[in-house]
Amino acid sequence: MRNLIKIAAATAVLFGSAPAFAGWEPTKPVEIVVAAGAGGASDQMARMMQAAIQKNNLLKQPVVVSLKGGASGAEALMYMKSSDGDANKVLIAYSLIYMLPLSAKLPFDWHELSPVAVIALDQFVLWDNVNGPKTVKEFIEAAKASSSPFKLGGTGSKREDHVLTVFLEKKTGAKFSYLPYKSGGEAATQLVGGHTEANVNNPSENLEVWRAGQVRPLCVFDKERISYTAKVTETQSWNDIPTCKEQGLDVQYLMLRAMFLPGKVTQEQQEFYVDLFSKLVQTPEYRDYMEKQALKPIFLTGKDMVQFLEEDGSLNKQLMTEAGFVAK
Amino acid sequence: MEALGLLLHGFAVLLTWKTLALMMVGLVLGVFVGVLPGLGGPNGVAILLPLTFSMDPTSAIVMLSCIYWGALFGGAITSILFNIPGEAWSVATTFDGYPMAQQGKAAEALTAAFTSSFIGSLVAVLLITFLAPWISSFALKFGPPEFFAVYLLTFCSFVGLGREDKHKTVIAMALGLLLAGVGMDTVSGQLRMTFGSTDLLRGINFLVAVIGLFGISEILLTMEERLALRGHAASISLRTVLAVWKDLPKYWMTLLRSSVIGCWLGITPGGAIAASFMGYNLAKRFSKDPDSFGKGRIEGVFAPETAAHASGTAALLPMLALGIPGSGTAAILLGGLMVWGLNPGPLLFVEHKDFVWGLIASMYLGNVVGLVLVLSTVPIFASILRVPFAAVAPMIVVSCAIGAYAIQNAMFDVWLMLGFGVVGYVFKKIKIPLAPFTLALVLGSRAEDAFRQSMIISGGNMKVFWANGLVGTITTLAILLLFWPLIDRLVASVSKSSAPAAKAEA
Repeated sequence: MRNLIKIAAATAVLFGSAPAFAGWEPTKPVEIVVAAGAGGASDQMARMMQAAIQKNNLLKQPVVVSLKGGASGAEALMYMKSSDGDANKVLIAYSLIYMLPLSAKLPFDWHELSPVAVIALDQFVLWDNVNGPKTVKEFIEAAKASSSPFKLGGTGSKREDHVLTVFLEKKTGAKFSYLPYKSGGEAATQLVGGHTEANVNNPSENLEVWRAGQVRPLCVFDKERISYTAKVTETQSWNDIPTCKEQGLDVQYLMLRAMFLPGKVTQEQQEFYVDLFSKLVQTPEYRDYMEKQALKPIFLTGKDMVQFLEEDGSLNKQLMTEAGFVAK
Repeated sequence: MEALGLLLHGFAVLLTWKTLALMMVGLVLGVFVGVLPGLGGPNGVAILLPLTFSMDPTSAIVMLSCIYWGALFGGAITSILFNIPGEAWSVATTFDGYPMAQQGKAAEALTAAFTSSFIGSLVAVLLITFLAPWISSFALKFGPPEFFAVYLLTFCSFVGLGREDKHKTVIAMALGLLLAGVGMDTVSGQLRMTFGSTDLLRGINFLVAVIGLFGISEILLTMEERLALRGHAASISLRTVLAVWKDLPKYWMTLLRSSVIGCWLGITPGGAIAASFMGYNLAKRFSKDPDSFGKGRIEGVFAPETAAHASGTAALLPMLALGIPGSGTAAILLGGLMVWGLNPGPLLFVEHKDFVWGLIASMYLGNVVGLVLVLSTVPIFASILRVPFAAVAPMIVVSCAIGAYAIQNAMFDVWLMLGFGVVGYVFKKIKIPLAPFTLALVLGSRAEDAFRQSMIISGGNMKVFWANGLVGTITTLAILLLFWPLIDRLVASVSKSSAPAAKAEA
């Protein structure tokens, strides 16, 4: 009897997984949908995937990148929502999938899409101008002592950067005035130009100005330091940046980068993409990219992914509610 | 002179048959996508980007930048022949270019457009070559108040220097600003005026509006008046080209002024559009015969094209040095650079000298080769006007529709374009100018963001616009331009009243 079950299980595995390789395959060019503008972190990731898939022959069909950055990415979400059953479209999602429905009352719920894989986590770092305070402690003291509130630049309004700013205020008691810019790149140059005192950009967004010695990383909003120890600037690696907790500022926040298909796709189609992305994350292009952008490695699919999304979603909801950013 | 040595090295990298061949291919493709309204530079570069993944970075960027140059040249063709601007900054080119084509001077207009594009780009490339570090640090001086002041200057120059009725200009601008507000508001993070529609989430795309306002409305007008394009078959030869070139020195002031405006505005985002309008308006302002503008004056082609291309080229500098793209096309190029592991930023010039100077050298070469290429094809393009309207009109409408659709792959945009076509037709009938409307539509949300960011910085105090020399000068200049007609009249009456007085004394 036990053997019979084994055989049944084996055949189930065979039938379950074999079609994923031999059965369904994209019949049209695969469209990577980017919920951000040209040149942003999602766009860069999509271009890297496009190049990695092409160079390693992971797909027979060509890959196209389609930028749907309208309305701070809401355009991409609604586009995916309206593409039920179309397995030639795959979205690079980040925390906007939780935030936009709350802040802008967007009629969207990530449960309506088909999750494929969580492929990376992005960090947030507190940066200030290289002429500014040198440690978190000095920075907070300076912010408190300043006659006008310190200006903190970030991407968009009522989003990740803005939430972090609110929690910085709550934890430190200092006042900041938050300046919403259209992109992280803009927030970076405005910090270099001295128009803002700080920003909470992702590592990739401030990488180049850090290397040029124009900004200083004060701390990273995570439980542990970034793992990459190769020197990025002349003297420092990502690993040399202390965590905010080490510096007495107990705020943690990470942002997911995950792939989704539209709703109502078949299991075979979903499995095809799980397989595609598990191959993709093995490519040298992908690994280089992760290190260069200081992304935190993670790879979750299936039930693990759904559980992660549920927890992450409720955490974001809680933060948004506490910050007072949920639209009534 | 370090720059010169590096530049020569850049030329050495480029001068291989393979690179030159890629250059030609890029330019031809670029002109082709530039001619299709809406397809334009950004989409063309995006579509062709994957082609370059297998090339080495230098060849790839040379080819892509040549597509960019090609598209810049190509955009002028439709503006002049059909009154359909291919890119936002080609709008001002239609004001005099299209009337010229109607008068049978299409070849002259095209030659003028291409030549001034060449001059504008050349000046900007020279600037990049020798002043790159200085310009990057200047661009960093621009915070929200400075950005707003520049946009204000553009708006004010329109009201103050425009030929149209002031109240109609203001009406058109207000309508444009209203439509610019549709979609996501960056500062509050809220959706505005979308009325629950998914299609309106994106906001009103500027190019869709422009294709409709200019292209479709023109077809409607032509249909009403007579079923013929008003262009005459022009006799085109090398002589036309040389004749236009012979007249060039007469317009040196316009060319110089536009180049300076272009280079200056090019380093601020969205600058190329503002530059083309300002170049045009100022040329008109300083002309001895301002009334002849808009009726087919060749200077009216020189001025905006030089400014647009000077700034389109200068826009590549902040992209390379700061990672801030000054235009849509530059943004796609930026994505491309990153695929090859070249991160734009202050260190790009230090760490990837070969690449940067190869690119700058390719700007020189691409420009020269491009000019020869487009000039030699002028006869082909101008001969389109000889085709009967009944045959050309449907092709134009289809190409407009494809262009509008291709921008965001949305059917809704095609309907929007047709809607704007009707709006454009009505506006032309009741003489509401289209240019301020489109200007407000494209710069409106940027100006609004910059203004509200400034208000956050200052806590609601307007003094922020006079907080330092840079922003103060621009703001004051803007207000002076706004009231220019009054000032002009005042000065005139003062000098008139003082003249008789002086006589009386004598």
